[in-house]
Amino acid sequence: MGAIHARIQGFRQVNLTSVFSRAIAVTLFVAAGFVPLSPATAADKPALTVSHFKLDNGIELVVIPDRRAPVVTHMIWYKVGAADETPGKSGLAHFLEHLLFKGTAKNPAGHFSSVVARMGGQENAFTSNDYTGYYQRVPGEKLKAVMDFEADRMTGLVLTDAVVLPERDVILEERNQRMENNPRARLGEQIDAALFLNSPYGRPIIGWRHEMEGLTREDAIAFYKRFYAPNNAVVIVAGDVDPQQALTFARETYGQIKPLAGLLPRSRPQEPPPAAARSLTLADPRVEQPLMQRSYLVPSFRLGKAGETEALEVLAHVLGTGSNSRLYRALVVDKPVAVSAGAYYDSSAYDMAKFSVYGVPARGVSLTDLEAAADAVIAAVAEGGVTDDEIERSKSRLIADAIYAQDNQATMARWYGQALMSGATVEDVQKWPERIRAVTAAQVQDVARAWLDKRRSVTGYLVKDETAAAAGKAEQVVPASAGGKRS
Amino acid sequence: MKRVIAAVAGAAVVALVGMTPAAAVTIEKIVSPKGIKAWLVREKTVPLVAMSYAFAGGSVQDDAAKSGTANLVASTLDEGAGELDSKAFQDRLERRAIELSFSATRDQFYGSLRVLNDNRDEAFDLLRLALSQPRFDADAVERVRAQQISALRRDTTNPNNIASRAWWSTAFPDHPYGRETKGSLDSVPSIAIADLRDYARRVFARNDLTISIVGDIDAKAAGDLIDKAFGSLPEKNDLRPVPEAKLAGLGRRIVTEVDVPQAVITFGGAGIQRSDPDFMAAYIVNHILGGGTFSSRLYKEVREKRGLAYGVSESLVWFKSAALYMGGTATRADRTAEALSIIEAETKRMAEEGPTADELAAAKDYLKGAYPLSLDTSSKIAGQLTQIQLDNLGIDYIDRRAAMIDAVTLADAKRVAKRLFGGGMLVTVAGRPKGLASSTQ
Repeated sequence: MGAIHARIQGFRQVNLTSVFSRAIAVTLFVAAGFVPLSPATAADKPALTVSHFKLDNGIELVVIPDRRAPVVTHMIWYKVGAADETPGKSGLAHFLEHLLFKGTAKNPAGHFSSVVARMGGQENAFTSNDYTGYYQRVPGEKLKAVMDFEADRMTGLVLTDAVVLPERDVILEERNQRMENNPRARLGEQIDAALFLNSPYGRPIIGWRHEMEGLTREDAIAFYKRFYAPNNAVVIVAGDVDPQQALTFARETYGQIKPLAGLLPRSRPQEPPPAAARSLTLADPRVEQPLMQRSYLVPSFRLGKAGETEALEVLAHVLGTGSNSRLYRALVVDKPVAVSAGAYYDSSAYDMAKFSVYGVPARGVSLTDLEAAADAVIAAVAEGGVTDDEIERSKSRLIADAIYAQDNQATMARWYGQALMSGATVEDVQKWPERIRAVTAAQVQDVARAWLDKRRSVTGYLVKDETAAAAGKAEQVVPASAGGKRS
Repeated sequence: MKRVIAAVAGAAVVALVGMTPAAAVTIEKIVSPKGIKAWLVREKTVPLVAMSYAFAGGSVQDDAAKSGTANLVASTLDEGAGELDSKAFQDRLERRAIELSFSATRDQFYGSLRVLNDNRDEAFDLLRLALSQPRFDADAVERVRAQQISALRRDTTNPNNIASRAWWSTAFPDHPYGRETKGSLDSVPSIAIADLRDYARRVFARNDLTISIVGDIDAKAAGDLIDKAFGSLPEKNDLRPVPEAKLAGLGRRIVTEVDVPQAVITFGGAGIQRSDPDFMAAYIVNHILGGGTFSSRLYKEVREKRGLAYGVSESLVWFKSAALYMGGTATRADRTAEALSIIEAETKRMAEEGPTADELAAAKDYLKGAYPLSLDTSSKIAGQLTQIQLDNLGIDYIDRRAAMIDAVTLADAKRVAKRLFGGGMLVTVAGRPKGLASSTQ
């Protein structure tokens, strides 16, 4: 992810794993307390009827009915993200996502967006390491119209320098806004770069500035032709729609596009077994509140053994979600060395995933002491395990999230989309509550012991750069990696 | 732009009625056995209950020297109540996956509750405890206070907060609206536990209480739960009078130096009250200038054509005794002056010429069509119902809304554009913008 560490910016916030193309609509998904790879249904309720189709040209369609409001959420997810970029072209997947709004031969620039606006629709797009997604939220009867537009821009994009170059300035401003203006985000970027020794996950999704500055129209078109195709995409429709009707629409629109021959299977450089604990310190004159953040390299849902990611989900909850979690109790309440502390895990990566722990120190407490206190909590879980009571409490909360999710069609659409991008199936999503319910205390202890090994981790300190602050220097505003180059 | 309240004009509820028969939603006015009023929407699809409620008296009820009191109350209400200390209270919430949240805005103290149907008695009981017997134990208060101070300290170098603070304190120098709801590094340390108790005593009462419930629940059960949660509160609140707010600083530009690569601009001026007959026209005109997703004039001019910013937007904001339009963007230092001049020129052009007929028609379509999107989850519906009640729009507002939008003529839009955008603007900038200095003109 690297793009945003929203969760550590507040106490009970959400871990956003994507870079959205437009700031305005981010709230759509932030609202939902997002648990990756989460649930479709609680085991004790009748399952939602989720339909899953595959058309002849390879495109998949998932339909999640929710007939309460006359609205549909239509999303298309491409199995391509920042991790698929050629080295030296970081930021390209996200740049292309922006450029997909620049028009086709059939629908010139701005036409799609103005029609969506005229429908009263909302739209946006997002890019992660592993996927790029586009969505519209529109009245149910407009579903076919937006499918038609989306199918058109799957292969029909037309780009000129006149639209590409200003948009490159836009993504540079986006980088300024997300990263350069935000010391915590900069720390996250440095941690990712140090954690992933070989995987492209070490590069920021938004891109390194010096490489973003060199991205061209030709780069974008080449990337587009390589990855945008029906046999590399999944369409999710949630809301007021009949599944057979959605299927018919999909056949008439997406179904007409030829599959891409020679689409290569997703295969990125993999991480070697990590051998050394790493630590780094980022000094920034604007830091008024230091931070300790550690990320461990752990399995994702796709790469984990059966039951392993579920145990990691429960572990993250017991260890670091809410004010009765182990970290919060020990570091913030019982012997206060921190003003906040927690842990989170995102199982949805296609390759290796991250398990992260963070703490904001209380006044006068050093980051070293805070880290030692966090280490003691982690060691206690690995050595002494967790109680059945803790497990039950966490499991009920996680499973309840599955039911709450059903109240929000956009959340449901996002869960299914993300699951299918990360190598899971519709059935995996639907069985999520059952799988969580099956987790035992012994499994939680096992995964803590196996994966929360410091040698698998990077510990980052965010501190105030007193020298630069005192001297009023300006170099801190340029990322170290960019070599001071500014446009 | 965190500080700009998303100004969805009374986005509300009844819109669903009649739009699609299968999805019809009906609002009932209910009165609990103890006489507390609420609006109810029965929704059986998902086995949960969502409630939104508001007490009059947000941060305007804070002592001037103790701004942040309402916010600190909101952050500590779930830290123990009655016999339950913080740990026990949190434990009860977590075991039943009960979501209680509290927040203070300038004029209101809001709360929301979400619970699975099976656990609703427990949830409303915990809410009763939190509202009527909050403990405010010293250790919990100090812990939460440390978190607030930590966040405020971070704000001191965050350009968004710097620009926003400068805007509000200049716009309302002698009024509670000018102070941040979360308080300041000076005020938050001085808030005593007695102040928190006093705030709770003065504000949490049954008059000036607005409630909306959505879920798999009937009127009788809803009334009983309302009484359980709110029935033991005092009948009358004890609010201090709040002076009328007067907007100041129009025509000024204030630049605060902060060492960031991207300058943040906050701009705004006098708006139009929610109860004003011109409100709907203002809402439409505002949408054309700076609202919506990718369609506004500001978006096209600042982002699309020139690549000056990742985002730029502008919305209407209204309080009990003030109405504003406010917007913002963030842009590189060497082109901040250019971005600001475009924003000012577009605002002026809108005031002078108003929208075109095409723009007006497109905006009407959008605002009508997008309405159901704000009503597609139980929590959203509950929240919107509360806003409709607070804005006094009437239980049939959702039915009437489309006609109200359609009734706005091009002449109305032009006249109101002038009224809305024809006055001066207060601009604050945080960063190191090249060639842009503070001014009083």
